[in-house]
Amino acid sequence: MGPGAAHADRLADAAHAQQGGPGTTACVACHGACGEGQAAAGFPRLAGQPKAYLLKQLQAFSSGTRKNPQMEPIARALSAQQRGDVADYHASLPGWKADAKAAASSPQSLLGSSFATRGNWNKEIPACFACHGPDGAGIPPHFPALTGQPSAYTRAQLKAWQAGTRSNDPQGLMKAVADRITDAEIDAISLYLEHPSFSGRRE
Amino acid sequence: MPNWFSKWFENQKHTRAFHPSWILLVVATTIIIASIVWIPAALISKAEYRRLPAAALPASGNSASQTGEAPASIEQPILPTARPAPKTIRVDFSPPDVDDLPSGEFGKAVRLGWNIFNDTQTYARAYVGNGLNCVNCHLDEGRKANSAPLWAAYGMFPAYREKNSRVNSYEVRLAGCFRFNMNGKVPPPGSKELIALMSYSYWLSKGAPVGVELEGRGYPKLTEPQQPPDVARGKKVFEANCAICDGADGQGTQVSGRYAFPPLWGKDSFNAGADMTQIHNAAAFIRANMPRGQPNTLTEQEAWDVAQYMNSHSRPVDPRLVKS
Repeated sequence: MGPGAAHADRLADAAHAQQGGPGTTACVACHGACGEGQAAAGFPRLAGQPKAYLLKQLQAFSSGTRKNPQMEPIARALSAQQRGDVADYHASLPGWKADAKAAASSPQSLLGSSFATRGNWNKEIPACFACHGPDGAGIPPHFPALTGQPSAYTRAQLKAWQAGTRSNDPQGLMKAVADRITDAEIDAISLYLEHPSFSGRRE
Repeated sequence: MPNWFSKWFENQKHTRAFHPSWILLVVATTIIIASIVWIPAALISKAEYRRLPAAALPASGNSASQTGEAPASIEQPILPTARPAPKTIRVDFSPPDVDDLPSGEFGKAVRLGWNIFNDTQTYARAYVGNGLNCVNCHLDEGRKANSAPLWAAYGMFPAYREKNSRVNSYEVRLAGCFRFNMNGKVPPPGSKELIALMSYSYWLSKGAPVGVELEGRGYPKLTEPQQPPDVARGKKVFEANCAICDGADGQGTQVSGRYAFPPLWGKDSFNAGADMTQIHNAAAFIRANMPRGQPNTLTEQEAWDVAQYMNSHSRPVDPRLVKS
C-alpha cells in the first residue's frame, strides 16, 4: 500500500470521526475537532492516545466493564471496522504539548506534582508517571497519556475505579492504586495533570 | 554415692577441719548473687534496644502514622539460617524528604546522588553498560522498605562479603553495583559519582542506628519453595502478571529510546554476576515489590517460579569470568 492509499485511509477515518458513520454520533461533538476534549464538560482528550488503548475503551463501553451513559450506546453502535477507524484516527493526531498555564506552586499543586512524579510509597502508590511514561505522555500500547486531560475527567475515572464502575484496567492495576487515594489527593492529582509544570524539576 | 566419697565426708565431719555443708552454702550464695546481678542486666539491655529506634527517628518524625506499623520493638531473626542472624530492629524509619535537601556543596553532592540514582542513564552514563537505573531494583528512589533501601544498607558497612572475600567499604559496595547490576565500568574511588551516591545514602540514613540490621533491609527472605522453582510455571506467571510492563519478551518497554520499564534479561539487563541472578534474591524482590502497586500479591511459589523463568534467559557474562 503506497502513501497515497494510506492518506486516503486517513481521510476516511477522519470523515468517520467528524461526520459520524451510520448509527454513530460524530466524535467531534464532544471530543473536539482535534480530539482535544472539552475541559468544562470533562470529556477526555483522545488525540495521541495509543490506538490499542482507544480500541480497548470502545470494547469496554460496549461490554459494560466501563460504564458511561453517553459512550455505551455509541460504542455498541460501532462496527469492529468503525471502532478501528476512529481509534486509528485519534491515535494519529498530535498529543498534548506542555502549555504556559502551569499551575502555581500552591500546596495542592505540589501534592499533585508529588503524586505524579514520585508517588506515595508509604501507601504503596507508585508515581503516576512510573507507568504512564515520562511526563505522563503514556506508554503505548497499554498505558494512556494523562497530562493535558481535563481534571474533571481524571477525577471521574479515579472515582470510577474506586466505585467499580470502571473495571477494564489490566490486572486491576489502577483499581489497586485508586483504592488507596483520598478524595483530596484525587483533586490535587487531577488538577495537576491538567496543567502539569515540569519546570520545578530538580536538576 | 561412691564409697570413697562417703568415707571422706564422714572423716571431714568428725575432724571438723572443714564442714562439707560449706560447699552447699557457697554454691547457693553464688547462684543468688548471680541472679541478683544478671536479671536486671538482661532487662536493662532489652530496654536499651527498645530505646534505639526512638532515637533513630528523624526530628520531623512524620512517618509512623503512615506506615501503620506497631511501635518499635525487637524482632527475632526472620529465618533460621546457618549462621546466627543478627538482631533485626524494627524502626519506623523515615528518611528525610527530598524537599528538605541540604544546601551548600554537600547538598549539591546529595542532589547529584539523587539524580544518579533515579536516572543513572544520564548522570552516570560513562559507567553504565546496560539500560537500567539504580531505581529499577531499589524502588522509591532507594527509600522503600523491603526494596533494598539505601538507609538500611549504609550503616551496615564496612562489612565482609563472600562475593569478593574481603571487607568492603560502602564505596566498594557501590562500585560492585556498577560492575554487575549496571554491567558497566567501576567508577574510580573518590570519583564524583561515588561520592555523590555515598552522600545521598548517608543523607537518607540520617538518624538511623549504625551496625544493626534494620527491618526493611534488603528484600524479605522467602521460605524454601514447596516445589522446585519451575520455568514452565514461571512463564505463565510472567505472562499473566509481568508482561504488560516488562514486555512479552522481557525486554522492557521503551519510550523515545529510553527504557520506561526495565529489560529483565538480554544485552541491556544486569549481567550474570549480579546478585539478582541468585534466584532467592530475585524471588524475594519480586514477591515484595512486583507488580508495581500490588506487592505480595503473587504467592511465594509463583515468585520462585517467575524468578526461575527470568533467570533462565541469557544475559551479559559475569565480568569475573572474562580474562582481561
